[in-house]
Amino acid sequence: MRLTALAQALAASLLFASPAFAADKVKVGFVSTLSGPGAGLGVDIRDGFNLAVKHLNGKIGNLPAEVIIADDQQKPDVAKAETEKFLKKEKVDFMTGIVFSNIMLAVGPQVFDNKTFYISANAGPSQYAGEQCNPFFFNVAWQNDNLHEAMGKYVQDKGFRNVAIVTPNYPGGKDAVAGFKRFYKGKAEEVYTKLGQLDYAAELAQIRASKPDALFFFLPGGMGINFVKQFVAAGLSKDIQLFAPGFSADEDVIKAVGAPMLGMFNSSHWAHDFDNPENKRFVADFEKEYGRLPSLYASQGYDAALLMDAAVRDVKGKLDDKAALQKALQAKRFKSVRGDFKFNSNHYPVQNYVLRVIGKDVQGRVTNKTMGTIFSNHADAYAASCKMK
Amino acid sequence: MTQLILEQALNGLQFGLMLFLLAAGLTLVFGIMDMINLAHGSLYMVGAYLAAAVAAASGSFVIGVLAAVAGTMAVGALLELAVLRRLYTRDHLSQVLATFALILIANEAVRAIWGDQPVMLNAPEALSGPVEIAGFSYPAFRLLIIAVGVLVALALYIAVAKTRVGMWVRAGASNREMTEALGINVKRLFTLVFAVGAGLCALAGAMLGPLLAVQVGMGESILILAFVVIVIGGIGSIRGALVGSLLVGVVDTLGRALLPWLLRSFLPGEVAAHLGPALAAILIYVLMAAILFWKPAGLFPARG
Repeated sequence: MRLTALAQALAASLLFASPAFAADKVKVGFVSTLSGPGAGLGVDIRDGFNLAVKHLNGKIGNLPAEVIIADDQQKPDVAKAETEKFLKKEKVDFMTGIVFSNIMLAVGPQVFDNKTFYISANAGPSQYAGEQCNPFFFNVAWQNDNLHEAMGKYVQDKGFRNVAIVTPNYPGGKDAVAGFKRFYKGKAEEVYTKLGQLDYAAELAQIRASKPDALFFFLPGGMGINFVKQFVAAGLSKDIQLFAPGFSADEDVIKAVGAPMLGMFNSSHWAHDFDNPENKRFVADFEKEYGRLPSLYASQGYDAALLMDAAVRDVKGKLDDKAALQKALQAKRFKSVRGDFKFNSNHYPVQNYVLRVIGKDVQGRVTNKTMGTIFSNHADAYAASCKMK
Repeated sequence: MTQLILEQALNGLQFGLMLFLLAAGLTLVFGIMDMINLAHGSLYMVGAYLAAAVAAASGSFVIGVLAAVAGTMAVGALLELAVLRRLYTRDHLSQVLATFALILIANEAVRAIWGDQPVMLNAPEALSGPVEIAGFSYPAFRLLIIAVGVLVALALYIAVAKTRVGMWVRAGASNREMTEALGINVKRLFTLVFAVGAGLCALAGAMLGPLLAVQVGMGESILILAFVVIVIGGIGSIRGALVGSLLVGVVDTLGRALLPWLLRSFLPGEVAAHLGPALAAILIYVLMAAILFWKPAGLFPARG
């Protein structure tokens, strides 16, 4: 009788004590946009991530790291299929890489249902910051509205009261306007364009006629390149100051537009000239490795890997203890290339946002220069409605 | 207001002429060879990349454009000889599939050579700013595009309407078997037409480069408009392509400029701001549907 009880107790303890074993490696599933017009962003995140793993000597949290990479072709259905494969067949410990919020929202549920941690290195949809926030979702970059908010704040503080806003007629564009207007309180002429529009002559003529003193635009990817080229060619840059969120004014866009972008103001949480040892090493090695300056996307990929590394080290490789891992991720024990930041209750960053201006550096290259801080320890507007479990 | 409308009309003219460069090649290939070439946009992309690369290396925009036209013509001729020639006798579905594959191959090839990120192609310094005309300033480079577009339209008109080769082309477009029966080497003619179409594409790509992003996939976004143009104009007709391009260019530009403004006069600002662009975006497709309703073969059908 006593023996059976002992056996039962033993069996029970075995059942409940399974998370005690440390894993022998860390597997990361990286699904991102690596082909098509949006590929530049995904490639930068990937290269930044890989550089971090290289800096960690091929390890994440002192365990050998295995990073498996797939291309989502900027299509939610492809991303879902690749993610399913990584979750079920490859049994990855972390997922990361997605660039676009619509894809993130499509992929999220299957990752969370599988109790796998998603470390977003870019997409920061408001849904996952607010009511649909999830213990398994961390964003290491920003909430989508943040850079627009920073620009709105700066434009407001500088005394501009007659601003034109140009953005595509789609949800991301309307979010950008909402973010900007959360802090900008003057007159705003909103110009909505077609998503993927090529020619902006009609809009530019309209803007010339209405004579605003500043213009804020959010036109992702090629649209922004088209717009800036045509804006400068129309001679509007003499009378109207250009403002944009950092992703419309980073290395990928600068490389395509060049000198016409000089003097453009933009907002970011990171810049390649940030003066801290982690960032200096990151920028120098990124340039050496890939032959180009890193963009903010690359810095986010780099930080995503460092976050995983710190958390896995914290839990001593016990990847099955999800609660401990969540706590370790939240604690964020690593030095980011952007300087210090911490996670909010909704797993989105609370951090500083800076103003950058495009100018020429000492080597004569057209690139961003940091001007000053716009927001200190800025959180997003959705955290209050997040009831994190 | 009249000044704004004048400026917008000029914008429409310029956009239409650029579309014409793309549509002219497409309509010839479609009309004469009865071949749907989805990869037409890829030739446009190749032209823009070649122009960017040569302009960066030589420091001269003009050399870049010339090299792009010559290089893309060579690529087009090779493509015709190696691949497309085999597709003429197949049905349209095979052609669509094969040329769609060419799009993917072209995109990945360009990515392998020039990388993932858009490349730089800027207008020459002298033309990068605006000039004053009739009381308003207009981008100098857009004026150059209008000039090039008009010149090419004239040259094509003379080549197609006044020369012997042009006669063969027109004959081929209206009745291919009869043209062959008359002893015209249609195979060689096809290669020539295809190469010229590729050259026009490259010219469009190189001339639009300073206004648009030179990036992988740039051809697909403009190809749809080129197809709308040739459907409106009548497949196989250069004149149709010109009229169709100008119609699409002007309607699209004026629609985007005037619709939001018109709507604002009787709708609340918020609604007008969202509805205007949405309506303007579908305007050219409404135009196409209307023209197809009354003239199912397009405005100037080549076959008849």
